[in-house]
Amino acid sequence: MKLNDAEKAMFDGEQGRAKQKAMDLLVRYGEALGAERLVDVKNVAGTWNAGSPAMKPFAEKGMDTVFSKFNLDSDEVVETPQAEVYTCQLIHGIDTQNAHVTGVAQEAVERQKQAESYFGKRGVAMFNTCTPYQVGNVPVRGEHCAWMESSAVVYCNGVLGARTNTEGRESTGAASITGKIPYWGFHIEENRLGTHLVEIEVDVDDMMEWGLLGYSVGEAVEEDIPVLQGIKRTPSMIKLKHFGAAAASSGGVEMYHIPGTTPEAPTLQAAFGSKKPRSSIKYGKAERKLAYENLNSSAKSSDVDFVMLGCPHNSIEQVWLAAKMLDGKKLSPNTQLWIFTPRALRDTAELNGYGKMIRDAGAHLMSDTCPAIGRVMPKGTTVVATDSAKQAHYLPAIMKCQTWFGSVEDCVNAALTGKWRGSIS
Amino acid sequence: MDASTKIVIHGRKVVGGVAEGEAMVTHETISGWGGIDANSGTIIERRHELVGQSFKDKVLVFPGAKGSSGYSHFFHLARVAGAAPKAQLFNKMTTKIALGAVVTRVPAMTDFDRDPLEVIETGDWVKVDADKGIVEVTKRAPGNS
Repeated sequence: MKLNDAEKAMFDGEQGRAKQKAMDLLVRYGEALGAERLVDVKNVAGTWNAGSPAMKPFAEKGMDTVFSKFNLDSDEVVETPQAEVYTCQLIHGIDTQNAHVTGVAQEAVERQKQAESYFGKRGVAMFNTCTPYQVGNVPVRGEHCAWMESSAVVYCNGVLGARTNTEGRESTGAASITGKIPYWGFHIEENRLGTHLVEIEVDVDDMMEWGLLGYSVGEAVEEDIPVLQGIKRTPSMIKLKHFGAAAASSGGVEMYHIPGTTPEAPTLQAAFGSKKPRSSIKYGKAERKLAYENLNSSAKSSDVDFVMLGCPHNSIEQVWLAAKMLDGKKLSPNTQLWIFTPRALRDTAELNGYGKMIRDAGAHLMSDTCPAIGRVMPKGTTVVATDSAKQAHYLPAIMKCQTWFGSVEDCVNAALTGKWRGSIS
Repeated sequence: MDASTKIVIHGRKVVGGVAEGEAMVTHETISGWGGIDANSGTIIERRHELVGQSFKDKVLVFPGAKGSSGYSHFFHLARVAGAAPKAQLFNKMTTKIALGAVVTRVPAMTDFDRDPLEVIETGDWVKVDADKGIVEVTKRAPGNS
């Protein structure tokens, strides 16, 4: 891989051991990819957490050990430098304000707080959400970024038209202190064109429908770039957030186009550029039904122990919607409801009184994590319900529980009655 | 087929080194976070054809990575736990699999002249020389599993 003079200097250690180790990783990574060079990035979203059980033995030796081993893949422990470019923390494993609800051990909470304080001071903005674009990190079209979190990556590329590959913990750690990432994949214009035409024959409008569409399309195109034709109503941010998360879970979708809606596809022709669609995929009644059945295939019992909303983290309007549905009501004594939103929006929700409405019903407003990432659920949970295709995809594997997928209404009703009654026509 | 029959395929080094072991082959992509248990190297994705099986000390032959960006971290943790594969051979290059392969620190290759998913079967003995770009496959003797 070709390095320019400034990169060579960093690689040779002229800016200290940490940046040298970071460049070493970036070069190993770039050469693995077959990249010819690095590109400058000024926006990094990754993870510097230390709360997970796996991090414990390393955190006990200090946060520099966590950083060196897991954010740089360096055996040598180096001192953590300040972030070189705008950097933020994504979702992680622990809601430090709700450990009494999740049952997370106090020592893990303290470890996470130490990490937040240590890396926070070094320039990692503690947004603690899978949706940095909801709390102010909104890169502009064409901006080169280094983001991880598959649902954020697909939003960054598809909806914002900024450019990122799906990075990992080690590459974002290195990018944050060097401002560099391999120039490969979605950083290159021609790799952003559509590959598969999806012809949508059913009306896709509400949240659940966008989740089903994403789940079906992701499974069909895997890592390729779908172009959605047949969307009749302009979707809002929360629907695209849902779609992308679902498509990134069932497949590995990192980029998509909706002609007339997303920025790099003013027209269907622009979405494919000079390339022809490799194939055409139908999304009709049968595909929709199959996605719903796949998402619900783990669930048998209609007695719901636990309902989760907010994957990806809920917007303030989604928190408001749930709060309204719960206002003046009480949850079933057999069921718990956790609603997840970014830390900053949780403050807004409290200011607005939504938090109290949610708690008065017996539910919890939470942040920083989710059941799948934090591996936390109410004790004894065997049956879960969620409005998130992503969570429904992962929870049966990670938490070994039955999981129902449905609309927000289905989920809130399950929390109020203790029974799953969701279905699609 | 004679158990000593060897098939050689060529490819590109992703991570250097030499290793050999028994092949574990899947035609399905693998998810790291939510797809594997890092402590044991076991595939846990419910609808995956290898669910319940571990790649620890195997030569993992697969199409590529999918799913969460936690992919590299989970293969990294598998290495730390001693549950990494001996080597990795895959077809589809992505940032997830590249970074995952780099931090797993076992020999890895891609861009083959013959599709390893067609040549290699689970149970075959596979020698990977990533530095030279050579994979040597000794077919498992029939009836010997």
